[in-house]
Amino acid sequence: MNRTPLHAEHLAAGAKLVQFAGWEMPLHYGSQIEEHHAVRGDAGVFDVSHRLALDVEGEGARAFLSRALANDVRRLRQPGNALYSCLLAEDGGILDDLIAYRLDEARFRLVVNAATADSDLAWLERQRSGTLQLRPRRDLAMLAVQGPHAREKFALALPELRAAAEPLEAFCGAGHDGAFVSRTGYTGEEGLELMLPAAHAVDAWQRLLAAGVRPCGLGARDTLRLEAGLLLYGQDMDAGVTPLECGLARTVDPASPRDFLGKQALLSRPRRFQALGLVLETQGGLMRAHQAVRSSRGEGMVTSGGFSPTLQASIALARLPPESRPGERVRVAVRDKLLDARIVRPPFVRHGRILV
Amino acid sequence: MHVPDTLRYTGTHEWVRREPDGTLSVGITDHAQDVLGELVFVEFPAVGRQVLGGDACAVVESVKAAADVYAPLAGEIVAANEALKQAPGQVNKDPYGAWLFRLKPAREAELSQLLDAAAYKKSFA
Repeated sequence: MNRTPLHAEHLAAGAKLVQFAGWEMPLHYGSQIEEHHAVRGDAGVFDVSHRLALDVEGEGARAFLSRALANDVRRLRQPGNALYSCLLAEDGGILDDLIAYRLDEARFRLVVNAATADSDLAWLERQRSGTLQLRPRRDLAMLAVQGPHAREKFALALPELRAAAEPLEAFCGAGHDGAFVSRTGYTGEEGLELMLPAAHAVDAWQRLLAAGVRPCGLGARDTLRLEAGLLLYGQDMDAGVTPLECGLARTVDPASPRDFLGKQALLSRPRRFQALGLVLETQGGLMRAHQAVRSSRGEGMVTSGGFSPTLQASIALARLPPESRPGERVRVAVRDKLLDARIVRPPFVRHGRILV
Repeated sequence: MHVPDTLRYTGTHEWVRREPDGTLSVGITDHAQDVLGELVFVEFPAVGRQVLGGDACAVVESVKAAADVYAPLAGEIVAANEALKQAPGQVNKDPYGAWLFRLKPAREAELSQLLDAAAYKKSFA
């Protein structure tokens, strides 16, 4: 079982640890619901060092990524820019989702999911040619500091990074002394993500906690991203579906002249369903992954579901028939009952506000 | 995990307390709430329902999972703790105070067949 550089800090903070994708990670530090509210209303910090940073360096790095990623790396106009993208198989199925950062003129960094890190690396190695280098950065730790007060508390806790962090626009980052800070996240709130040498992680963590940033575990991370309508790889998407079936059409451009892996399949493969949100309208239980959905338009399935601490109701992401529209009603098989739910367009919550 | 000596237990992590009126209060143990995580939904059996020992008769859902709660003995459901509907997290805070339902046992003597605290502790240790 892998452990992050912050393992002892998690134990000291009272974490309940769980196994996740080969890593021993904090699920919560007492109450995942309170951690959720802390991020919606104040500031929380997540250890996300289980994700892998993969540096792409050398001649042809941009051309390589232009072919390997479904989204267009030319959108990374300046060093520091970040881009969300899927990594596609030839048949258009999603191998992983990732964030690509442009570090400088010719150097890029991909941050990929823990569960798929090894297979991503092997896949990219097979596509690689020439002098291009793929360098896994297991020497880095990663922290996500999220919430309406995250940026100000970050600046108080880590003044040496203030000059790099403060001017950042959304979805941009900047390096400083071996660290890289970006205005990105997975919660639907303002915030920063910090990659830094593992040896500095404990100090940064302790200073963030001392500045009043609450430690948050994977439990809150999951409910926050679900409310924000952000997909989870392995649950809302996998190699069996295409980005066009997951609400990720904006991250691919099959109409462009650029050739990328999976493009031909995206152009020809029929779209079998679309991803939308559900809000449970009746008491009787919680929507959860794999539950069947029935509507007048056909069958569907919940891919992620649970309790929304902000809405105080059960919400879900679901695969629905392609003709389904927000506002329509469906029924969800919750245990032995069929419960009414309303189709909505995610996000459910953004910047602390309910949007559905 | 806290396992009070004064209660009886089942292998499926219910606790049972005999009330002065002879009915049995039933809840889930400290261990059960800890494994489930924070509860966000509780469903009760209908008052008046006749159950057999081992019948699924209540449901608790946490942030993580749904779990059935089983009748510890045969009998009639005589009350449900409706206050928990608005505050399911009370089960996490006070698992032995937050009873889910009360049961009038068909055969009171069967209570002694349930696990005592020591036997219950052994069952999940």
